[in-house]
Amino acid sequence: METLVVAVLLTFLVIIAIGIIVLRDLLGAVILLGVYSLVAAGAFVVMDAVDVAFTEAAVGAGISTILFLGALSFTSHKQKPRGHDSVFALVFVVITGSVLIYGTLDMPHYGNAESAAQTHPDLAVRFIEQSGSEVGPPNIVTSVLGSYRGYDTLGETLVVFAAGIAVLSILGLKRRRPEDDVLEDAPGDTAAGASDDAKDHN
Amino acid sequence: MKLYPRQRHRILQVVTKLLVPVMLMFGLYVQFHGDYGPGGGFQAGVIFGSAFILHGLVFGLQRTREVLPPRMLHIMMSLGVLLYAGTGAVTMLMGGNLLDYDVLAHDPLHGQHWGLFSIELGVGVTVSAVMISLFYNFASKR
Repeated sequence: METLVVAVLLTFLVIIAIGIIVLRDLLGAVILLGVYSLVAAGAFVVMDAVDVAFTEAAVGAGISTILFLGALSFTSHKQKPRGHDSVFALVFVVITGSVLIYGTLDMPHYGNAESAAQTHPDLAVRFIEQSGSEVGPPNIVTSVLGSYRGYDTLGETLVVFAAGIAVLSILGLKRRRPEDDVLEDAPGDTAAGASDDAKDHN
Repeated sequence: MKLYPRQRHRILQVVTKLLVPVMLMFGLYVQFHGDYGPGGGFQAGVIFGSAFILHGLVFGLQRTREVLPPRMLHIMMSLGVLLYAGTGAVTMLMGGNLLDYDVLAHDPLHGQHWGLFSIELGVGVTVSAVMISLFYNFASKR
């Protein structure tokens, strides 16, 4: 049953991905990207990776969709039609894809109890058996992220920080135009807003 | 996309007013309940940030900017990283390895609890500040 659900969700992912490629309307493509993340989050939940699903739903379906929409507001909603499709690109993509799929053949199957990560005494075995007495939290993911692999998470936080700094230095800081600071009236907030509202109804 | 709505969208505005506090509360819940259930600093930061982003989308960026000025975000961004790295520095000063929380309290488990609490808070503060400031920068130019 679980396999069936995962199979259906993964099929959906492929269909949505093809849809994103085919769509020329960028707004639609961005919405589909959000849907893609939501379906991926569903797949993660079925596979019991709740923390990953949480992140995928919040970041992929939430924030990144909004950021894409914000980026779209700088440009047009239509993708420029391309003159020709490059054969070279197709060959390149097919070869890269095949190599990647070939790479997955060596990986252990999903849920394989014999895989190295499951049997190595310092990995899953240690985390599951010892983390309660060594770190404490019932959520082992938190123990691994924060304590056993705290240094990695520090690097991750630094990456987020660096991304913020990079965007600020490219887009932000100095370019505040005066009209950005003008408050626009919302209905019901002020007398002026209320009278504007009345005009709208007429 | 129009990021500066004027007199329309009253239903959205009312719903947003109701939703934003709930979203902030849920963000805090995910932040501080990450030890016991799914979640943690990163997810909490994103949820916390998305509450402000929703506010900005519906009420216009200027109003959100008044609540949370970009300057404050710059401080929060660095403060989170500082809190995380500072926890590491404190553990080293107290005689442990970097980010070895055992030394933070007499009981190693309590030390771990304090350590996790403070680094998750650092992650949450940085992530939410970065997300909101990304939104500010992408939305402020038409």
